[in-house]
Amino acid sequence: MMKQIIAGLGLAALLPALALAECAEVSQGDLSIRAAWSRATIGTARPAVFYVTIQNNGSTDDRLTGIETSVAGMPMLHETVMTDGVASMPHATAIDIPAGETVSLAPGGFHGMLMDLEEELKEGESFPVALQFEKAGEVSIDTEVLPIRAREAACGATP
Amino acid sequence: MRRHTLILGGTGLFAALGFMLTLGAWQSGDLPWQEKTTSSAARIRAADLGAMTWQLTSHEGAPVNPQDWLGQANLVFFGFTWCPDVCPMTLLNISDWLEELGPDADRLAVHLVTVDPERDIPEVLADYLSNFNPRIAGLTGTPVEVARAVAAFGVTYRRVPREDGDYTMDHTSGVFVFGPDGRLSRMIDLHEKPQAAVPKIRQALNQEE
Ligand SMILES: [Cu+2]
Repeated sequence: MMKQIIAGLGLAALLPALALAECAEVSQGDLSIRAAWSRATIGTARPAVFYVTIQNNGSTDDRLTGIETSVAGMPMLHETVMTDGVASMPHATAIDIPAGETVSLAPGGFHGMLMDLEEELKEGESFPVALQFEKAGEVSIDTEVLPIRAREAACGATP
Repeated sequence: MRRHTLILGGTGLFAALGFMLTLGAWQSGDLPWQEKTTSSAARIRAADLGAMTWQLTSHEGAPVNPQDWLGQANLVFFGFTWCPDVCPMTLLNISDWLEELGPDADRLAVHLVTVDPERDIPEVLADYLSNFNPRIAGLTGTPVEVARAVAAFGVTYRRVPREDGDYTMDHTSGVFVFGPDGRLSRMIDLHEKPQAAVPKIRQALNQEE
């Protein structure tokens, strides 16, 4: 599985135009997950970030309760919150994905915080992140590493 | 007077009085939480580069004083390069504003003051900032120097330990806009659109020295 992804990566690197046009989209149960992206890191000392868009097509609410990835020893869900002008990012124990709605982990709000990086994230590469949902179970998606200056997924976060 | 009434009061009166006392404290800013936020906001509003005395070190290793910045408009903001969400976003927003300002951006200086001097030493700042708009300069110092400088802006920051022994920083996230006279002209919030932010900067740029 890992080897296939890495092989796929090499191909994507050879065909950058194709990589840009195609963002992974995965469906499981009522959920469709897309536009997973991260920013390139400088070395491995700083934590990396993970953003994604989750659409709940069903009639029951679900919740994102955690993430796992081989690139980070301590991946965690965070929310950037502002209190009296002070920004902090507490651990988000779960992120609600209400029925019929689309929720994005996006800059300045919810994000996956990939701490204790195992490897430097290089622009143009990708890595798998497994999202754990209360109802839909575990869903894995390929996450594009974009430049450090990126603000959104290269494929567009909305359909 | 208050104590006198308290002694006389029954339970109902006691509760009502407690409420009034709380209200009074709230109106006069005596409650601990309010005192903190009010004084922070008031200190931010009163920020004046000309009256500050701190010294920091730039990402290029040069000493920097607030007086060096007088005579030009300045954007100052606080952050740390270990932050993967808010800080890149702020840096990217500022890059947008600078682009929007066009040639007028030449009359503006932009400074990121780290609240994490332990990790953000000059070389680390330089390395990180090289990925963003080259007009954005970084400032750091010893923890004491940084604490002094940051306090002069009325900015609050706090080290938040993580369970794995690492840590993150909570910090004031707005961008300070100073006029050429060194006085705070406006603040720009994290989520403000460029259409709102750029006029605030232009206003400071066009201010008399
Ligand atoms: Cu975070």
